[in-house]
Amino acid sequence: MSQPKKNKPGQVETTGHVWDGDLREYNNPLPRWWLWAFYATIVFAVVYWILYPAWPYGDSYTKGINTVEYTVEGENGEEKTVTEHWNTRALFTKSMQSSPSALAQQEWIDKVEGMSFEEIEQDPDTLQFAMSVGHGTFGDFCAACHGAGGQGKIGLFPNLADNAWLHGNSYDTIVSKIEGGINGMMPAQNVPEDTIDDLAKYVLSLSGNAEISGEAASRGKQAFASCAGCHGQDAQGNDGIGAPNLADAIWDVADVPGCGDDLGCKVDEITHVVNNGIQRQMPAFGDRLTETQIRMLAIYVRQLGGN
Amino acid sequence: MKHESIEINSGLLIVLTLAVISIGGLVEIVPLFHIEDTVEDVDGVRPYTPLEIRGRDIYVSEGCYACHSQMIRPFRDEMLRYGHYSLAAESQYDHPFQWGSKRTGPDLARVGGKYSNEWQTQHLVNPQSLVPESIMPGYPWLLETPLDYSQIEERMVALKRAGVPYSQTQEEYDANVEKFGKEMADKLHVPNATQVLEDQAAAENWDGKPGEITEMDALVAYLQMLGTMVDFSKYEDGHFNQFR
Ligand code: HEC
Ligand code: HEC
Ligand code: HEC
Repeated sequence: MSQPKKNKPGQVETTGHVWDGDLREYNNPLPRWWLWAFYATIVFAVVYWILYPAWPYGDSYTKGINTVEYTVEGENGEEKTVTEHWNTRALFTKSMQSSPSALAQQEWIDKVEGMSFEEIEQDPDTLQFAMSVGHGTFGDFCAACHGAGGQGKIGLFPNLADNAWLHGNSYDTIVSKIEGGINGMMPAQNVPEDTIDDLAKYVLSLSGNAEISGEAASRGKQAFASCAGCHGQDAQGNDGIGAPNLADAIWDVADVPGCGDDLGCKVDEITHVVNNGIQRQMPAFGDRLTETQIRMLAIYVRQLGGN
Repeated sequence: MKHESIEINSGLLIVLTLAVISIGGLVEIVPLFHIEDTVEDVDGVRPYTPLEIRGRDIYVSEGCYACHSQMIRPFRDEMLRYGHYSLAAESQYDHPFQWGSKRTGPDLARVGGKYSNEWQTQHLVNPQSLVPESIMPGYPWLLETPLDYSQIEERMVALKRAGVPYSQTQEEYDANVEKFGKEMADKLHVPNATQVLEDQAAAENWDGKPGEITEMDALVAYLQMLGTMVDFSKYEDGHFNQFR
């Protein structure tokens, strides 16, 4: 054990207090480095007050002499430089315009803006850029409904990763659906109790399900007349109103695949859709995303479906 | 006063210590009440409707703020993911505000309208059914619990005392008509509260259970409103910088 270092009494000044008759307190000077560091903080504060917003007075405050410059669009579309006192919002506007990552991206975004979808498809570098931005945007705004890989959720949100489209797969359609949102809707159908079973069987017979008797199916076929207005005479669907093809063994709402080989369960699924209809919304993203972001999303989404 | 008398009198020491350390806080906080630009001048921000108040209460009592912030900071990455940075004006009627500083889940300041009501309900009942890797807990009881809005008027009066302009008198109502328009002023009038709440719950299919007012109705109505009050397309780029 080392002994605590002891100063001889009288060697260092004491504070003059005495407790319990003989306890004194040395008045050691502050360490030199500490003192200088303390003075440095004071100097720093004064410099800070001069450069940055600092002291409040009345209904305003000292704004400091440091400034941030950025550009805004003037009334006639010309670029106007704005000089604002230093503040984080102005810095943000500036970083949106001229940070290295913003500039690097802007170069590509300008490219995408100037090209048609067909031209982008022909240009591998631009296509790759659009796909990767599309992928990122999809993760932030679409994946919660459509799934991380676009696989959707049967009954609720459509699978975008198959090549069956409710509304068609043209770029224009996809862009307009993302911009304006979708009100997915099939009204509940009033099918008589005694025909609904045959109707469901007819619908199922269109996509395999060989065990369904021809009789039941042909009885159901007559009842299908009331569905044909939307789903088409041969149930091939109508992408103008978002009515799906019912003959392709791809299901979006009725959980037919979840039934395995159980025909009764499949019939129930179809019956449920017919009796209750479908109502589901996709929100509009026109206000949330820029036009170019939406175009890049459309490219991404369209290739998810294998195009 | 001699230093010794402070050192040997602990009551006095406590009082003086508090006085000294509060100087820092006072110097930083008090001027904000006087500085004109603290709360930006912006159109559209209004107090919450009765149903939204109850939704917000549930948001607070279920502890959603433990994982979710409601403040988008002015950074490029936040803008790209969440949208326009939050304005002080947008939380001027929040008591207490829900800015938060911990993000286990994403910021919710602009989640209104990002998803459908159907998604919000399903996600709150069972988040993993929609986002398999989510660590958010489910809140299935919200869909089963009838909303208690028996004290809605008292709740509005309490918020009014904290400075939110709900109206009780004709003058206050007229002032709200001036400020928020007639349709909104009707919703902010305390004597109408119960009717207004029931109407809003019935007006939209918030939770997929029409005819029943559940806690889910209130919470979804609240979430769908978040961040939607200000129309940012009306303001030019950088407009809000002048307020800082
Ligand atoms: C709140 C959930 C939700 C979100 C978020 C969402 N969607 Fe959708 N989306 C839907 C629903 C529901 C439909 C089906 C609409 C219908 O029934 O016609 C749909 C349909 C679509 C379709 C049409 C599919 C087809 O087969 O024709 C496309 C394309 C699409 N979404 C893309 C997107 C993109 C891109 C995003 C992200 C910006 C997105 N969706 C975000 C719910 C959502
Ligand atoms: C008014 C037009 C309309 C009529 C009439 C109509 N449907 Fe539909 N149906 C739709 C639309 C639109 C959808 C897709 C809704 C969506 O995805 O949001 C749909 C979806 C379905 C589905 C779900 C397909 C899937 O992928 O899971 C089935 C099954 C179906 N309809 C069967 C029928 C039957 C059977 C009838 C006749 C009794 C019928 N529909 C009548 C418009 C209609
Ligand atoms: C344990 C932390 C935790 C709690 C508590 C929590 N959440 Fe979440 N929340 C998350 C996580 C993580 C996500 C992202 C994954 C997902 O979408 O489920 C999320 C996502 C969300 C989203 C979707 C946001 C977006 O932009 O995609 C909403 C809305 C939401 N939560 C609302 C709530 C509400 C309302 C409550 C309280 C009733 C709540 N959360 C409680 C962790 C939490």
